[in-house]
Amino acid sequence: MTSRTPPVTPARPEPLLSLRDVSKRFGAVRALTGIDFDVHPHEVVAIVGDNGAGKSTLVKILSGVHPPDSGTISAYGAPTSIATPADARDLGIATVFQDLALCDSLDVVSNLWLGQELTRGGALDEIEMEQRSWTLLRELRARLQSVRVPVAALSGGQRQTVAIARSLIGDPSIVILDEPTAALGVSQTAEVLNLIERLRERGLGVILVSHNIADVLAVADRVVVLRLGRTNGDFLATEVTSEMIIGAITGASDNSRRRPALAREDGE
Amino acid sequence: MSLDARSPYPQDLRHGGVRASARAFVDRVRTGDLGALPVVVGLVLIGAIFQVLNPTFLSSANLVNLTMQSAAIGTMSIGIVLVLLVGGIDLSVGSVSGLAGAILAVTFVQFGWPLPLTLLAAVASGAVAGFCYGLLFTKFNVPAFVLTLAGLLAFLGVQLWVLGRVGSINLPFESWIVQFGQQMFLPDYMSYILVALTVLAYGWQLVSEARRREAAGLPAMSRVVIAGRVGGLAALLGFVAWYLNQSRGVGVMFLTFLVLVTLTHYALTRTRWGRAVYAVGGSVEAARRAGIRVDRIFISVFVLCSTFAAIGGVMAAARLAAANQSSGGGDTNLTAIAAAVIGGASLFGGRGSAFSALLGVLVIMAISLGLTTLNLDSSVRYMVTGAVLVLAVVIDSISRRSRAAAGRA
Repeated sequence: MTSRTPPVTPARPEPLLSLRDVSKRFGAVRALTGIDFDVHPHEVVAIVGDNGAGKSTLVKILSGVHPPDSGTISAYGAPTSIATPADARDLGIATVFQDLALCDSLDVVSNLWLGQELTRGGALDEIEMEQRSWTLLRELRARLQSVRVPVAALSGGQRQTVAIARSLIGDPSIVILDEPTAALGVSQTAEVLNLIERLRERGLGVILVSHNIADVLAVADRVVVLRLGRTNGDFLATEVTSEMIIGAITGASDNSRRRPALAREDGE
Repeated sequence: MSLDARSPYPQDLRHGGVRASARAFVDRVRTGDLGALPVVVGLVLIGAIFQVLNPTFLSSANLVNLTMQSAAIGTMSIGIVLVLLVGGIDLSVGSVSGLAGAILAVTFVQFGWPLPLTLLAAVASGAVAGFCYGLLFTKFNVPAFVLTLAGLLAFLGVQLWVLGRVGSINLPFESWIVQFGQQMFLPDYMSYILVALTVLAYGWQLVSEARRREAAGLPAMSRVVIAGRVGGLAALLGFVAWYLNQSRGVGVMFLTFLVLVTLTHYALTRTRWGRAVYAVGGSVEAARRAGIRVDRIFISVFVLCSTFAAIGGVMAAARLAAANQSSGGGDTNLTAIAAAVIGGASLFGGRGSAFSALLGVLVIMAISLGLTTLNLDSSVRYMVTGAVLVLAVVIDSISRRSRAAAGRA
């Protein structure tokens, strides 16, 4: 991150990550075709689309689960490739999958540091980990009474908070959240949306995959609509209504003309 | 000694003053986090009942016997705790222990190898067995139950083959290993020195941790609670040492078992490996996503389990001063597994502590010894041990349910 400019300014900072003309097939199924996608620092980009639109495939390409078949990816302005989850991690991309993959029987600190524990003379440094956990959770303004309770004792929103906080332990520059509010109630959803704003304040690029248009409009700076594996709209959140997004999701409106990607499509 | 056998992190003391500690304890019990409470209550009850039936049961000589008999099975039980923690099982610890005993006897008596070499060979046989389990389990996804059931037969076969036609080999009485198993006791003063060192180390650890926590601005255990804990440990260990010293004293083999329990406890609670073991037992997928090399954890746990089984087998052979075809046979397997479960290790993974092995084996051996001193035969012993095991599993199940109701998993 070189710049601290807020989003949607005329002089945009260089994108943290940008995809150009990325395609992915699974056998005969064209999961993604000619996708262009950017995420900048201090920016929340929402990816919306119907089931099968290619949201999960895009997330998996970004997190290194599936490498793309064609297209280019560049990070911080330099071309790169994301072939494995380890590559993604090295590029500073952290993903919080929908099933949070927390260990219920372990406490919050253990879950936050799982797999990357701090040690002191060969033994776990519980005190340092606990202290840094508190610092991180306070920064995120997370509402937790104790970091020494098992994760099983937490509410859905708190669990989501822990999962997101865990993704920040490795100090990433991009966080991908896959349906973070899908299973949450109203107040817990608000908690997670606040948390997403904290991430933006920290200068991260946030990629938010969601079905919930209200949540997306509440928190996103930009909304990218996928339909049948293609980009069908890339809107600024300030200039878009939920009707327009729904129109783009269902295909009632065709926005793909707005994008230069269409020109390349003819060549295929 | 931490009495928090079921809590994943016995060192996660509920930091604070006396009242906060007491309240935390009551809260935990009420929400079904019983810890070692049932097994400690059980031990007291067993002691009281047998003492009423037979006034010599709690005599020093009898308790020394109890400790010496517990060491071998208890050591095997440590390994069982480890595999249970990752949600596995090992049904072959009996056979592996028998094989280790056979290797010890054959190489020592028939081949005349030096003792350290024979011990190494015996213990290494366990490590190799565990490595095979680990590879088969992780590469081919064979369920641990079937895998180790097959191992039970296979290693019994190897044991019989190693023993050959003789069938039973006696270890010479004057050898170090038999002395170790039967005659080696700490001198009185030595036992008190060890107690003092243990208590000092424990107190130093608590105080330095509390200081660091205070310096870091985290809630720390109050000095009164630390004094209480250290005093309690000193009283407990001091009394045990003094009482055992009234007859033969603290057996070196039992001490070895205690050291192994403590080392395992340290590894489980204070190292990244231990954290990974609990994580794998809680959720394999979560552990994998967190970047833990799950396969390596499984392999290490199987290797350790079979290695502990082999050490237990060596101890059993030393105590019996012989290895024969029935070494490690009969109820050895199930006793080791029952001890771990009675001591509070969950059969479903993720819960338990190294002290589960110690507490569980003391319960089982106390029952066995009590019934033997009443001249009741093994039929009654099996029935009673079976009933206690069922009781332990029922308590585990009930506490799991109330934990779930209180949202503490």
